[in-house]
Amino acid sequence: MPPPESKGVWVFLEQRRGRLRDVSIQIIGEGRRIADEMKVALSGVMPGWKTDGLAREAVEYGVDKVYLVEDQRLENYLSRPYAKVMVTLIRKHKPEVVLYGASKNGRDLGGRVHAIIETGLAADCVKFEVTKERNLDMIRPAYGGRSLAHIICANHRPQMASARANVFKRAAKTPGREGSIVREKVDFEDRDFDTRLVEFVESKGQQGAKLEDAKVVVAGGYGLRNHANFRMVDELAKLVGGSVAASRKAVDAGWFPKEYQVGQTGKTVRPEVYWAIGISGAVQHLAGMQESGKIIAINSDPNAAIFEMADYGIVGDLFHVVPELVKALKGSRR
Amino acid sequence: MIVCIKQVPKAQEIQVDPVTHTLKRVGVPSEINPPDRHALEVALQLKDRHGGEIIALTMGPTVFTQSLDRAMAMGVDRSILLSDRALGGSDTVPTGLALSEAIHKIGKFDIILCGEETTDSSTGHVGPGIAGHLDLPQITYCVDVQIVDGKVRGKRAVEDGFEVWECPMPCLVTVNFGCNRPREPSLSGKIRVKRGGLVTQWSAADVGLAPGKLGLKGSPTVVNRVDTVVLPARGGKIFKGEPSQTVPELVKALRNDKIAGV
Repeated sequence: MPPPESKGVWVFLEQRRGRLRDVSIQIIGEGRRIADEMKVALSGVMPGWKTDGLAREAVEYGVDKVYLVEDQRLENYLSRPYAKVMVTLIRKHKPEVVLYGASKNGRDLGGRVHAIIETGLAADCVKFEVTKERNLDMIRPAYGGRSLAHIICANHRPQMASARANVFKRAAKTPGREGSIVREKVDFEDRDFDTRLVEFVESKGQQGAKLEDAKVVVAGGYGLRNHANFRMVDELAKLVGGSVAASRKAVDAGWFPKEYQVGQTGKTVRPEVYWAIGISGAVQHLAGMQESGKIIAINSDPNAAIFEMADYGIVGDLFHVVPELVKALKGSRR
Repeated sequence: MIVCIKQVPKAQEIQVDPVTHTLKRVGVPSEINPPDRHALEVALQLKDRHGGEIIALTMGPTVFTQSLDRAMAMGVDRSILLSDRALGGSDTVPTGLALSEAIHKIGKFDIILCGEETTDSSTGHVGPGIAGHLDLPQITYCVDVQIVDGKVRGKRAVEDGFEVWECPMPCLVTVNFGCNRPREPSLSGKIRVKRGGLVTQWSAADVGLAPGKLGLKGSPTVVNRVDTVVLPARGGKIFKGEPSQTVPELVKALRNDKIAGV
């Protein structure tokens, strides 16, 4: 049986360069829903520096109480001191659920914290349900996306999980919403700060909007055969105002950078329109784009799984179809 | 240096036991977890540059020696297999704990390397878990690892770019899939492996682990049930034929339905 004194749902509020990350706003939304169902408060933990404004913002998004740990050395994410904040506050306040956004940092942090606390942590969840025993059913894609595993952490508290980015809808802001902001003190030692951020190099998007926010995504796959042929995808993307993405096979082959990978081990996107060029539609890929509004597929194999998911499609050699398509789109716009 | 590796079913061969909901590992073609191969390559490159010894560590059934043999044929000096029935069914908590205890028994080291995650369970929790258990600094999701002035510098691939972190040794680093080109086993490496005697096998008791903290019993999480995902077919308009016909047909259909961007 779990320790009976554990109470409340928590979310880790990740701030980055003066902003609350999207994935944090998404887990506020889902955390709020779970907290309401469990009839408990939703709290957030925010380590950082000069984050008062962000804490108030979190309250407006739906957090009842924000635990603020401020220290100039916490301005940027670092595993060790952030884990110390989480471990200290979890031990002090004993929440029953802790959610992290499954960003790199969220997974880095959760992995460290769950080992220290010795409690369960489910990675990359896409759905949560509260069972009648008051356990959190933490649902995540498993075994290459072919199935969904229901993970239960019955005897340990808190039950922890990271939530996949862009699966849960962002919480809506209620200006003027009331909540409390509690300052917490954590006793750091020098060695908690033995790691430092030397530099950060921001990557510039290939073109168009950020992949996760793009209304139109044009993705290329293994059918493109090489890196140079991604120019066709670029050109089509420009014409339809889309952001370029790639399948895992194309990324693994080194044709396109990993940060543009859509699928189980890449990004989840849900644009209005998703173009799949030379993508066969492995379940792992479908997992990252199946919620797109309309899916348009171009592939030479009529039996490719992508056609089952497609709203529109052309069976044909993409090396003929795409240039023809580009010509048609260009021509009729003049 | 210690490189933690896992043997995983080849991506196309993943099968789930219908009763226990755990992965079938017996009789399924398997390989070194792909990100771990990149971690091995990082270790080998650091050794090429700075010297030192590399130990490959794995936890699992004795069939995992296949992966240790391959790692040694690539250039790893020796290897340890932590194998015990009591470890079966462990989630990331006992796994991290058991590997930490094995590392503790190994003794002195500078860097522990792991792959960013495994392809069979995709959590990425074990690396940071080991760092948590051993109270070490950690740098995860690295695409490049260097030793500069006695400190480890890891270039992390994060969502919005790259971060360079620096920490003292000993530390734990996790390495991204695809960040380098893992070397093939060398002939001399294969000969060394053939001569044998390079794998040390430890049981849970050898590393001082109590059975209560291990396996299914020692795991906070259980997989309660696994649902197969069935995606509904959308039954779309699929055009077949010559591009000179199919392309105008598609464009017309897209415009009729007012598809964004067309």
